[in-house]
Amino acid sequence: MTAPLLKVEGLRKSFGTHEVLAGIDLEVHEGDVMCIVGPSGSGKSTLLRCLNHLEKPTEGVIFLRGEPIGLRWKGERLYEMTFNELARQRQKMGMVFQGFHLFPHKTALENIIEAPVIVKGVRVETARAEALELLGKVGLSDRADYYPRQLSGGQQQRVAIARSLAMKPELLLFDEPTSALDPELVGEVLATMRQLATEGMTMVVVTHEMLFARDVADHLIFMDGGVIVEQGNPRDVLTRPRNERTRAFLSRVLPDAA
Amino acid sequence: MMVCFAFFAQSIATNQNIQWPVVAQYLFHPDILSGLGMTILLTVLAILIGLAIGVILAIMRLSSSRVFQGASWAWIWFFRGVPPLVQLIFWYNLALLIPEISIGIPFGPKLAVWDTNDLITPFSAAILGLAFTESAYAAEMLRAGIQAVSSGQVEACATLGMTRGQTLRRIVLPQALRIVIPPIGNDTISMLKFTSLVSVLALPDVLYSAQMIYARTYQTIPLLVVATIWYLVLTTLLTFAEHAVEKRLHSGNRTSLRDMARRLFAIAPFRHQKELAQ
Ligand SMILES: Nc1ncnc2c1ncn2[C@@H]1O[C@H](COP(=O)(O)OP(=O)(O)OP(=O)(O)O)[C@@H](O)[C@H]1O
Ligand SMILES: [Mg+2]
Repeated sequence: MTAPLLKVEGLRKSFGTHEVLAGIDLEVHEGDVMCIVGPSGSGKSTLLRCLNHLEKPTEGVIFLRGEPIGLRWKGERLYEMTFNELARQRQKMGMVFQGFHLFPHKTALENIIEAPVIVKGVRVETARAEALELLGKVGLSDRADYYPRQLSGGQQQRVAIARSLAMKPELLLFDEPTSALDPELVGEVLATMRQLATEGMTMVVVTHEMLFARDVADHLIFMDGGVIVEQGNPRDVLTRPRNERTRAFLSRVLPDAA
Repeated sequence: MMVCFAFFAQSIATNQNIQWPVVAQYLFHPDILSGLGMTILLTVLAILIGLAIGVILAIMRLSSSRVFQGASWAWIWFFRGVPPLVQLIFWYNLALLIPEISIGIPFGPKLAVWDTNDLITPFSAAILGLAFTESAYAAEMLRAGIQAVSSGQVEACATLGMTRGQTLRRIVLPQALRIVIPPIGNDTISMLKFTSLVSVLALPDVLYSAQMIYARTYQTIPLLVVATIWYLVLTTLLTFAEHAVEKRLHSGNRTSLRDMARRLFAIAPFRHQKELAQ
């Protein structure tokens, strides 16, 4: 077995005295799609945000290709990285948010070329050509010069996905990418994500879309109370849950599946 | 009401003491016109420098450093509280307080030393007083503008690998500046009027130029009318410009607005088109 792309070891996170993540271990292999499901407040977002150090873990280490995130060896000891050192590592890990978070003063195209040009120093013409290609891929070739407020939620989210892809990350994190969308717009975003999965993009997806998880995920994780309660092949976990908490959760989100 | 106004207008138009022919004679007098140039220059420089300092103050105020927060707070507290006229006189007499200004290591060797009297001219004293006053107001507006940019966008920048400086320059400040354009327009009109204070430093702005002439000719009222006319012309033009900008903001014509802002802030440090990775 090859070494995992992403490895999480003994991750714990507390806010004050409130322990939100109580020891998480997991591995994501290159080209895999991992879906994370679980009830509200179980710590899914916190886990995702710890992966790229938007939240600083209280304990535990995250490795990307064996390199510890946010930590730096200096002689024998590990030191915490500064924000700008961390920025270099974050380039390899894109993130798509529930609320899109596009830059409202920039067009779709400008949103996409911003980071490659500013962070990587890619020439503007090159970045534009790549951005147009990405817009084509997410089905928005004709919206390059639109501002975010002129786009629907689904279109904004697809621009946000293209913006992340423009940095050519090794891994994409999604935090409930369709939860803020009107039901009729969910499909177009999920279709884009399915396409990425078939192209071999490594993804960690927090979602409430059980059908997407069943069809697309290589590995499904069920979280509750800050721990991984159950995990494995998505069809097994969804149709034959072994744990009582998983069963209770699934019967709530999939009322007709039983 | 209208009748009152008509009577008032008539009494002004026909008042012999105003001496309209003298007003006409001096309206485009070279001294008056160069004074007008000085007034405009002072206004523009004070606003631009005040805005630049305001950006730094706002960033310090929002930083996590207690020292920066405190320094910014103290600056704003001081320059908001001291009247600009007092400041102008104070800056002009700075040499009485600090005879020389030096760059160097505190309590250590001095690298460069200037005589304060060489640095402080009426012009630099005026710019200091006016720009520092403006900086205190601009800082408060910019702070609100920066806070209005969603934290989600800042997080998105982080996940794209942008540094703090890149995020500030490329994402946060452009949006904050857009928010403060209308209030800055207001400030510009106030500043235009504040510049008339520089006459106490014998700096030849439009008012002082007028005073110089009537000191010779004793045509006090006509020359004050000349100055008044020019102030009204300038504030009227600024008001039109302000309305045009606001209309653009509301109609959401972002592209041309950005060009306008770019021109407006062309000398500011955050104009960098691209910053290449180190
Ligand atoms: N910045 C924070 N400060 C304090 N508590 C926090 C913070 N962020 C999250 N929490 C708490 O951590 C717990 C887990 O939150 P988290 O957002 O990770 O849950 P989630 O599984 O993503 O839920 P949801 O499905 O509603 O998004 C919650 O109880 C929340 O109140
Ligand atoms: Mg969440």
